[in-house]
Amino acid sequence: MSQSNASSVDYNFDVVRQFTVMTVIWGIFGTLVGVLIAAQLIWPALNFETPWLTYSRLRPLHTNAVIFAFGTSALFASSYYVVQRTCKTTLFGGKLASFTFWGWQAVIVLAAITLPMGYTSSKEYAELEWPIDILIAVVWISYAIVFFGTLVKRKTSHIYVANWFFGGFILTVAVLHIGNSMVIPVSMMKSYSIYSGAIDAMMQWWYGHNAVGFLLTAGFLGMMYYFVPKQAERPVYSYRLSIVHFWALVSLYIWAGPHHLHYTALPDWAQSVGMVMSIVLFLPSWGGMINGIMTLSGAWHKLRHDPILRFLIVSLSFYGMSTFEGPMMAIKSVNALSHYTDWTIGHVHSGALGWVAMVSIGAMYHLIPVLFNQGRMYSIRLINVHFWLHTSGIVLYIVAMWISGVMQGLMWRAVNTDGTLTYSFVESLTASYPFYFIRFVGGVLVVAGFLLMAYNMFKTIYAKDNSLKPVAID
Amino acid sequence: MMMDYGTLRGLIALLILALFIIIVVWSYSKKRKSAFDEAANSIFEEDKEQTELNDVNGKQETNKNV
Repeated sequence: MSQSNASSVDYNFDVVRQFTVMTVIWGIFGTLVGVLIAAQLIWPALNFETPWLTYSRLRPLHTNAVIFAFGTSALFASSYYVVQRTCKTTLFGGKLASFTFWGWQAVIVLAAITLPMGYTSSKEYAELEWPIDILIAVVWISYAIVFFGTLVKRKTSHIYVANWFFGGFILTVAVLHIGNSMVIPVSMMKSYSIYSGAIDAMMQWWYGHNAVGFLLTAGFLGMMYYFVPKQAERPVYSYRLSIVHFWALVSLYIWAGPHHLHYTALPDWAQSVGMVMSIVLFLPSWGGMINGIMTLSGAWHKLRHDPILRFLIVSLSFYGMSTFEGPMMAIKSVNALSHYTDWTIGHVHSGALGWVAMVSIGAMYHLIPVLFNQGRMYSIRLINVHFWLHTSGIVLYIVAMWISGVMQGLMWRAVNTDGTLTYSFVESLTASYPFYFIRFVGGVLVVAGFLLMAYNMFKTIYAKDNSLKPVAID
Repeated sequence: MMMDYGTLRGLIALLILALFIIIVVWSYSKKRKSAFDEAANSIFEEDKEQTELNDVNGKQETNKNV
């Protein structure tokens, strides 16, 4: 192993700091747009009769903001940090790392302008039009060069497992994005997919589900494999399991996309393959979850005093919940009930707010003091308040959507003895209103938590260097 | 003899299964254990060096490493 000590490596933490701060800012922005559209579903007048404030245009803005602005900034920050620390060398590419920051922020700003204006390719999670897609590809390839370049010039012999997950995520997202964004432009802001019909749908959900599998899962598992052991101050439960976890996860996820297209024009055999692969995915998902949670085995007491660790471990519980729920919903007969209902929305948010957001928030709370020369965050109490706001917000949100979703599914399929539908669509919508309100309240709690986080972050950043001393926990 | 597409796909599936078994056997082999324990602990090295530099008692917890 390398002899170099911490002080002798001149790490590039500037770009990590930039992405870290923007993670929190975009977290507020993305969830705030989410709360606005949740409110619009209860009080439709909140679109103020303005085209660019309609639900249809703000919904993709919300999903893009939380996935690509908040989540991906967190991934940039943590992957750039982890690859440097574990390889004991500074980032490869010098200014290129800085370019990925400014380039990525430009993508986000362009999304925030073009989506409300109504420019969209109409592909879910890939709505941005072709000029922005090209910019994304350029930034992403630069990201790959910086990340893999750093791996190549590492000063250690072994590549720590977190980097495998980050690397798998970066490589696959490049392939997915470029593959699904193949279009023929007809004007500056309008294009048509080169794929047609069911093939286009399959390409879209090959992309869509692997955005979930690689961006929202593999990337954040990379985060988990570094920050959970670090915050717990214990090595990961089983390093060997992490290797099997990696290869099983990456080789299975790629086939699960067709479960988004059950009972559609997609050939039946492809639907069945997607269903079977989704069910098998349960195994590596839970293997990874157990590996993360069991890292605390013998040190559970740490959860009582450390709200950062609580964020990280509860994120894994939500990960376990959604990766049980997902395979179940991929079963065709279950999907017949759940698809197109609020159950799907509940499932996504248990993954997004529970797993992705909580593991990122935990990692950022760990990272902010390290990056800004402090021993701890400005206020541990506020982290704890944030934890409870966020957790109760999620629970309200997903429970409301479960009930609403199952209710919708049952109402839509109910038939009278003469074969006519028992309920009109509007009746199911009216029945959902109370749950939309509960969901709105849950969303407000999540945004409130993010605002506290921003306050705590800026107080930490602007405090005098090393003025915040770590508190002894145990 | 020409192999049809179905047979080829079957063989590829078997090949991937074999690869997976090799990965499992390799990662759980006794020979690799110490190297993996070292890798799992590698993320704490810098902290340890730093605490030694600061001359603070840097006690490091260990896991059983299943």
